[in-house]
Amino acid sequence: MMKNKILPFSVIIIFGIIFFIFYKGLEDSKIYIPEVNTKKEIPVFNTKEFFSEENIKSSSIFELDKFYLLNIWSSWCVPCRQEHPLLMNLNLENKLNIIGMNYKDNLKNAENFLKELGNPYKEIFIDLDGTIAIEWGAYGVPESFLIYNNEIIKKYIGPLNQELVDEINLFIK
Amino acid sequence: MKYLKFFLFIIMLFPLSSINAEENDKRNKITKNLRCLICQGQSVYDSDSEFANSLKIVVDKKLQEGLSEDQIYEYFKTKYGEWILYDPGLNKNTYILWLLPILIFLIGGAIIYKSFIVKK
Repeated sequence: MMKNKILPFSVIIIFGIIFFIFYKGLEDSKIYIPEVNTKKEIPVFNTKEFFSEENIKSSSIFELDKFYLLNIWSSWCVPCRQEHPLLMNLNLENKLNIIGMNYKDNLKNAENFLKELGNPYKEIFIDLDGTIAIEWGAYGVPESFLIYNNEIIKKYIGPLNQELVDEINLFIK
Repeated sequence: MKYLKFFLFIIMLFPLSSINAEENDKRNKITKNLRCLICQGQSVYDSDSEFANSLKIVVDKKLQEGLSEDQIYEYFKTKYGEWILYDPGLNKNTYILWLLPILIFLIGGAIIYKSFIVKK
């Protein structure tokens, strides 16, 4: 009598567990973005300046006690075009220095892009093969990092919008 | 003399190509175990996206710097988190993943043992 009950009982429990796990999985968003480790030190790297193409060190770009917004952009990236006016507006805030990382771009096209839409960046450096972006733990373009005291405070994957700009303004106030 | 030169040429060619092949194998193995984060469902090895191509370059660079496979995984883990690895380590977030198959196996085994072997 006892033995006959163990089998269906354990089958129900196992299916219950499997159902529960799959059901939980349904609720989650399919687009998975790993949690962003905030308060992460910014990477150290060597690169080239965008206009002069001179070698520069990352340590010469980011100073302590200042807010920086590192923006990864490219002339071939359509959402970058979309967020560009927001960066131009952010540039009006004196407290924030916007640094550009030109990602896998043709330099001529990139220069035309800036001529057409304006240059919000205090400094731009080049990432020709995308390896510096990986140092930063970035996914692609566009992506922005809010930096203070050489630490990443916040990471924004995808184009900025007005809501996020308001958030950035709250941070730097 | 001509033959000798030819032989030397062949001999010198071989070790070089085998070293290259070894490095390629290692690189392929590593990139197959890295998830392409922006094209989900594909490994970095399979993908031709901008992100994946850059990652391949970084893997090559790290291999040239003499980093071991595990060190490279560790490097990407600190940059992108555990999710980038297809073969996650055992920790408090993944123990269910690792233990569930063993648990199911044991329960299944127990059922088979009870219903078929003990009955005999």
